[in-house]
Amino acid sequence: MEFSLSVEQQMIRDSARDYLAVHSDSAAVRRATESGPAHDDALWRAIAGELGWCGIALPEEAGGAGLGVPELTLLQEQLGQRLACVPFWSGLCLAAPALQASLGPAGSAPWLARIAAGEARATLALPEDGGYWFDCVGVHADPAADGFVLRGTVAQVFDAAGADWLLVPARLADGAPALFLLDLGDLGDLGADTRLVLSPLDTLDRTRPLSALRLDGLPVPSVACLARGEAAAQGLAHAWWHGALMLAAEQLGAAQQCLDLTVAYAGERIQFGRAIGSFQAVKHRCAQMMVAIEAARSAVHGAAQAWASAGAEAARRDIAAARVTADDALRFCAQEAIQLHGGVGFTWEYDPQLYFKRAQAAAHWLGGTAVALAYIAATGPDAWREA
Amino acid sequence: MMANDVANHETTDEAAFRAEVAQWMAASLTGEFACLKHRGGPGDEDAHPALRKAWERRLAEGGWTGLGWPRAHGGRELPVMQQVIFHEEYARAGGPGRMGHIGEGLIGPTLIAFGTDDQKARLLPGILDGTTFWCQGYSEPGAGSDLANVRTRAERDPATGGWRVSGQKVWTSLAHESDWIFVLARCEPGSQGSRGLIFLMLPLDQPGIEIRPIRQMGGGAEFNEVFFDGALAAAADVVGEPGDGWRIAMGLLGFERGISTLGQQMQFTHELEWIAQAARANGASRDALLRQRIARSWAGLRVMRYNALRMLAGAAQAGADGGTALQREALIYKYYWSNWHRDLGQLALDVLGPLANVVDAADARRTRLQQMALFSRADTIYAGTNEIQLNIIAERGLGMPREARGQS
Repeated sequence: MEFSLSVEQQMIRDSARDYLAVHSDSAAVRRATESGPAHDDALWRAIAGELGWCGIALPEEAGGAGLGVPELTLLQEQLGQRLACVPFWSGLCLAAPALQASLGPAGSAPWLARIAAGEARATLALPEDGGYWFDCVGVHADPAADGFVLRGTVAQVFDAAGADWLLVPARLADGAPALFLLDLGDLGDLGADTRLVLSPLDTLDRTRPLSALRLDGLPVPSVACLARGEAAAQGLAHAWWHGALMLAAEQLGAAQQCLDLTVAYAGERIQFGRAIGSFQAVKHRCAQMMVAIEAARSAVHGAAQAWASAGAEAARRDIAAARVTADDALRFCAQEAIQLHGGVGFTWEYDPQLYFKRAQAAAHWLGGTAVALAYIAATGPDAWREA
Repeated sequence: MMANDVANHETTDEAAFRAEVAQWMAASLTGEFACLKHRGGPGDEDAHPALRKAWERRLAEGGWTGLGWPRAHGGRELPVMQQVIFHEEYARAGGPGRMGHIGEGLIGPTLIAFGTDDQKARLLPGILDGTTFWCQGYSEPGAGSDLANVRTRAERDPATGGWRVSGQKVWTSLAHESDWIFVLARCEPGSQGSRGLIFLMLPLDQPGIEIRPIRQMGGGAEFNEVFFDGALAAAADVVGEPGDGWRIAMGLLGFERGISTLGQQMQFTHELEWIAQAARANGASRDALLRQRIARSWAGLRVMRYNALRMLAGAAQAGADGGTALQREALIYKYYWSNWHRDLGQLALDVLGPLANVVDAADARRTRLQQMALFSRADTIYAGTNEIQLNIIAERGLGMPREARGQS
């Protein structure tokens, strides 16, 4: 395993950091989310266009740069640090790996090529209870004359508003798993089709839009079913674990920003004739934030390296560990950022509230730490049999 | 399945070296040494000291001492990764806590870096062959976290040209089992703080030294108070120049560099396994909260492993760049592992339930977990308390204001 960042990896990280510091600063996030959960279209066009980030981890045959999971975690960390209001995680960390694993390299290449080029925005309608197993999928696909009819609901779909492709895991009449792709562009005016309803949700965390999905007997052609059986089940699981690792990377970045904001504030704020950062009560909390963050960095980096060197399946427990560690780090750091900012910490004007809300929301995405810990408990210590 | 993922993607040489260590351990930790499996180490140093010294000689005969030392000084000069593998396989096999650690890991490298040719020739061979054992005399009743506040005095002895040492050291691990002690003492009367100190080495078996054990909360006594009353250090046993002791002492603390960290983690892994086995045996593993805590503990093991690999890579990088500043992952490591381990001790007691309070020497596994839980309370105190660690992290890692110093 490689535990120093290569020169190329450092460049990816640093250029993303510098770009987002300017183009997704606090003011930009606030502009994008002023009137509710939203999307920073200018930033997204840059990411999908000149910056080429959509293709960074996609294969070269799909027009991507062919880099790997470690590089993608570095980007995700930077996007998380700035709470960038773009559908990158949903598109590149959930939908794209779902396509890759369901369709294989050749089958997915045409779809991935359009994602890599920034021509299509995709998202994945993950099952409601946050698991990676197909049993919890609540959408059903019944056979119809020239295709299928989809029925069911998904409580929260990330970044669905404005997406071109909606990937929907569903169960066929015989219970077999399947993956459908709804081309929202082809469906025309969705507002008029009452059989597919995407209702934007008003959310506390406005930096990642959510919609509720209702499929009320929506007819789709048979080509909309991209994969079925084991391939579809694997696609969902692969996307889930990939998404979990990338979410942990994002949480790590967000936690780092909480610490950076707090250390800066504690250095400026004077009370009793001293910067409050000189009080142990304050600086020890900052140090504890750094401990939590570096622990999360080790866990995320380690899981990414494990994925790169040993494969996605072998990395699952490490991903669960990363998820738990990063989730702890962000929740702790967001909470401490508010506390250590004092009165201004709970104002709308200062940034800690943005991170606190993201921390609370993210803690429950993909089943949160409960699913990660249950996975470790089921496959970890209890399975150690040797005396 | 738990252990083999650590061996991912080693070079052929590394894998062969790993197999060699594992085979040697399997063949050697048998017979008279079999009872040493998983014994010794912090919290269990009282276990079989004489036999563990014999084990050190066995290790030396097998060529497993001085792995990182230069060849010129009798070492094997192995690459860092092989040293890491040795520590890992040693601990995986249940190798006993090393009696020779202070000699091989601390004073040996210090002499190689700062010692005279005479000192190296006289003192290094006994460390390498597992016949001379060392202890460390840094802390004093008034110099704990504030180590530079040492009061132990060293005065020139006109008769011999050596140094007469008077004062008291405390928390001296295994002093009662050691042959030599190295101390930090004040050689310039009236000096303060880190100036005016001398780094001296003394044989413990002499009239001016008295060693008194300190009984710990677990009942054992692996620490000592060491009283000096005009004890003699020979002129040839000063390391560095008189007055330069602080620099030597700090240099010594820098030699650890995380190489044995992965061995320590292997021991932690064993302890978590014992807890998981106890939980399965008594049904605690069906308790949802305890299951979550066991799972969290495992997540912490992974954090430590990857953090240690970052540290090793970071140290190699810093070495290549000529820098010595600790990276962020190195700054947090002691705080992280010690608090993780203290939590593990609490978890062990909670898994054992009401039986955690019942002493039964015949139940070796339970006894070890009880002792681990009690001794883990020391982890967040020795080698820099939590509070000192947080100061260091905030000041060096985050650039926050330094603590004000009082008048001493």
